[in-house]
Amino acid sequence: MGAVRRAFAPWSDPDAKPLIRFENVTKRFGEAMAVDHLSLDIFEGEFFCLLGPSGCGKTTLMRMLAGFETPSEGAITLGNQSLAGVPPYRRPVNMMFQSYALFPHMSVEKNIAFGLKQDGMPKDQIAERVGEMLRLVQLEKLARRYPSQLSGGQRQRVALARALAKKPKVLLLDEPLGALDKKLREETQFELMDIQHDLHMTFVVVTHDQEEAMTMADRIAVMDHGRIVQVATPGEIYEQPKTRFIAEFVGDVNILEGHVQGQENGLWRVKTPTAEVPLTIDDPDEVLHSGQAVAIAVRPEKMVIQRDPPGPDATNVLTGEVWDIGYLGDWTVYRVKLATGEILRVTRANASRFVENPIDWDEQVYVTFAPGAAVILAE
Amino acid sequence: MTRRLSLFNVTALVLGFAFLYLPILLLVVYSFNASRLVTVWGGFSTQWYGALFRNQALMEAAWVTLRIALLSASLATVLGTLAALALTRYGRFPGRTLFTGMVYAPMVMPEVITGLSLLLFFVAIDLDRGFWTITLAHTTLTLCFVTVVVQSRLMTFDRSLEEAAMDLGAPPLRTFFSVTLPLIAPSIVAGFLLAFTLSLDDLVIASFNTGPGATTLPIRIYSQVRLGLSPEVNAASTILIGIVTLGVVSATLLSKRSVLRSRRNAH
Repeated sequence: MGAVRRAFAPWSDPDAKPLIRFENVTKRFGEAMAVDHLSLDIFEGEFFCLLGPSGCGKTTLMRMLAGFETPSEGAITLGNQSLAGVPPYRRPVNMMFQSYALFPHMSVEKNIAFGLKQDGMPKDQIAERVGEMLRLVQLEKLARRYPSQLSGGQRQRVALARALAKKPKVLLLDEPLGALDKKLREETQFELMDIQHDLHMTFVVVTHDQEEAMTMADRIAVMDHGRIVQVATPGEIYEQPKTRFIAEFVGDVNILEGHVQGQENGLWRVKTPTAEVPLTIDDPDEVLHSGQAVAIAVRPEKMVIQRDPPGPDATNVLTGEVWDIGYLGDWTVYRVKLATGEILRVTRANASRFVENPIDWDEQVYVTFAPGAAVILAE
Repeated sequence: MTRRLSLFNVTALVLGFAFLYLPILLLVVYSFNASRLVTVWGGFSTQWYGALFRNQALMEAAWVTLRIALLSASLATVLGTLAALALTRYGRFPGRTLFTGMVYAPMVMPEVITGLSLLLFFVAIDLDRGFWTITLAHTTLTLCFVTVVVQSRLMTFDRSLEEAAMDLGAPPLRTFFSVTLPLIAPSIVAGFLLAFTLSLDDLVIASFNTGPGATTLPIRIYSQVRLGLSPEVNAASTILIGIVTLGVVSATLLSKRSVLRSRRNAH
């Protein structure tokens, strides 16, 4: 399965036709701009995540795809067919609602059968399909229960089964795991990925939880203020965030502010108040000019913390004292206070069970990172 | 927390309920009086109930009342539900506040004014007063009660249920009948029962708009009492009280249960 996943990248194929296409879509609610001239392509078979803080327009974007909102401007097409003027009940798209929206007056099987009945499917076929769906979400025994008699996790499964029953071209999931507790959420993430893979369906998920998006998505679109800030694979979003907003929104990050001094051997030299010697950063794609204000983003796990001074050849050396130590089991988090007062977050994997003479509170330490560990973000 | 009732509270409760219900209790007790004299207790008997069912005039009035109540309550339920849907669903249309106020106005309007204005209207459009004018008048009176009850249920209604139905392929009308209606049905029934009981015991508006051949039970009772108290009337009133109580109590229970259920489902 991993191999199939890795080879799957229609977005980098210039000949590939997108399944869903947003073209310059704008949605206004009175004065407020929920979605702002947004263009986006989503390909068949993708597990696509719309990620962003609340109010960023991700839900509005999804609701326009489902047909509950009409774009103020722009066009949405689904498989070459314009969706303009197509009501929700005629779109080959189904949605799993955040509240699940299960019909309280219908049993589990009636809920799942609802969509099939609307299509006028013969009774025996409906029964067969409902059975298939119940097996898929492992709820065969609860077919005759009512939603009020189910747990949160079970309701979530019914909602999923109901949305999948019609075999939609696209399944929309609005914060699908938001109401579940942490443990169940993790399990369900992998289940959703398996189901999506087995059914070869296109999933579009709206979430504000970056971990959820990172785990499940083929690609993530990070949204802010009605615009898409970056569309990329989880790895690219994490390792090559385009803006400071993304770097800070997805995962933990240390930001060092400074000014560009120039370029040497293809490496950028950046002067910061936090280090005596200018920092050396390997980020060749950035186009910068001398004196430009930039932010350097380094992930905590890419920084190295040590007690002994590094050799004279070492690049990017920061000094400070240990302010806090958090032991998380798999990781230890060090919070290091620099002379300038800034606090760095450095993590170290606890690879062995015993460490002789570990770094302690209030100790003077050196924090280093490789030129390639950092990303330059234009301010 | 269990707080014991103080003497003051008990007194207030007893006085309050006595003030409200003692006259009614007296009427119920005297309907089982064996004596012909209404104010003198002559032992227990159900003879006046028998007499009541043999009283042609009273029975006819009861039949008219029942038909008017059923018909006007049905009309009011349909119109009142539609009004509630319009007021909660169609967002901010111009004049929404005005409409809301106008729907509720008949609740607080003095019945004399409602009755009189309807009478003037029926005269103006030259409609013969009788069964139909009372029915229409009662529809006007009770419509707002249905609207209030149904509207309070719609306020707590999770709109995503309707969206889910549409998303699964149900056009708006089918969505309404297969999802919305079953879920708000208890409050609609509650509204109907309220409208039914209101129509059943209305005297003022009915007297304004009545005509030959359309004497309702309250009108009949009122006119009989003017000729002198009769134990039969007590019996008729007791039955009326029973029906009204039953209607109001079940309406309250129904609307309460439907609101509770909608809360529970909104986890």
